[in-house]
Amino acid sequence: MSGFARRLAGFPWREFAADAFSRVFLIAQAVCAVHVVNAHVCSLAVVTGPSMLPSMNLAGDVVAVDRVSARLGRVASGDAVLLISPEDPRKPVVKRVLGMEGDAVTFLVDPGNSDESRTVVVPQGHVWVQGDNIYASRDSRHFGPIPYGLITGKVFCRSSMAMVCLVSLTLNF
Amino acid sequence: MRGPWSLLRGSLTGALIGVTINDRYASFVTVHGSSMLPTLECHPAKDRALVSRLCLDTRFGFSRGDVVLFRSPTDHRELMVKRLLALPGDWIQVPSAKEIRQVPEGHCWVEGDNADVSWDSRCYGPIPLGLMQGRVTHIVWPLNRIGRVERKMPEGRVMQR
Repeated sequence: MSGFARRLAGFPWREFAADAFSRVFLIAQAVCAVHVVNAHVCSLAVVTGPSMLPSMNLAGDVVAVDRVSARLGRVASGDAVLLISPEDPRKPVVKRVLGMEGDAVTFLVDPGNSDESRTVVVPQGHVWVQGDNIYASRDSRHFGPIPYGLITGKVFCRSSMAMVCLVSLTLNF
Repeated sequence: MRGPWSLLRGSLTGALIGVTINDRYASFVTVHGSSMLPTLECHPAKDRALVSRLCLDTRFGFSRGDVVLFRSPTDHRELMVKRLLALPGDWIQVPSAKEIRQVPEGHCWVEGDNADVSWDSRCYGPIPLGLMQGRVTHIVWPLNRIGRVERKMPEGRVMQR
């Protein structure tokens, strides 16, 4: 027993603790850096679904999202944006901005079945978003103009999933 | 010269950690208006409150009666503090319009405690939950007002889903 206690006492606890702390701190710094870049500078997102055809694939595309422009208010008509769905706060969706505040937006109410169109003026602080595929998109034509605060980023780069996988495999070998 | 570089690196690390904690765990907010009297005051000294960001995870854990921080629906740069009264699917009685409205899916109804001066859902309607930025849990300044911000619901105005 005394030999075991002597070995325990001889173990360099202080250096071990200092080493462990510095490693954990390094990992914490890396996690914080990743979070800051992801939330405030630039991020990647995977988009699926038919609402942005033909701009984006049905099966899945990887898009790069610029967070700085959205936060500074530099989003204009024609930009594809990543936003939080007003119908489900856990769901991020990609749509295109068709009208900023004050714009009058004219849209087809039911494009597959009738020619009826309606014009809406976008209120202050809101934007009108629509999917490129108006036949299969749930957007401002259904839930109305959305507050600008729901926009989390502006899409500036798009690549198919297959291309991203191919490139990352090539780079890793 | 190792002095300035290590200082720069240290402050960069501190900033990264500070921003992460501010975004994910807890933050502070200063109260500017009187729409939440008597819960939150701005005279004679502006109250400073602790905002918990833990409710913004995937479970989106807000309860009826919480005081919440959210982006204004009319100006995304402005943050507002009000009390959350109704969650999606609830029916809420709007006193001024003498009507009962149902809160749509993904939205919530917010009202200030000081009904006379508060500009809230009675004016701009229910707001999307995606605008939420946190839950106000405690007042931390001034010292004589330190304490929890309690959950409170007005009687007979909200019928839960």
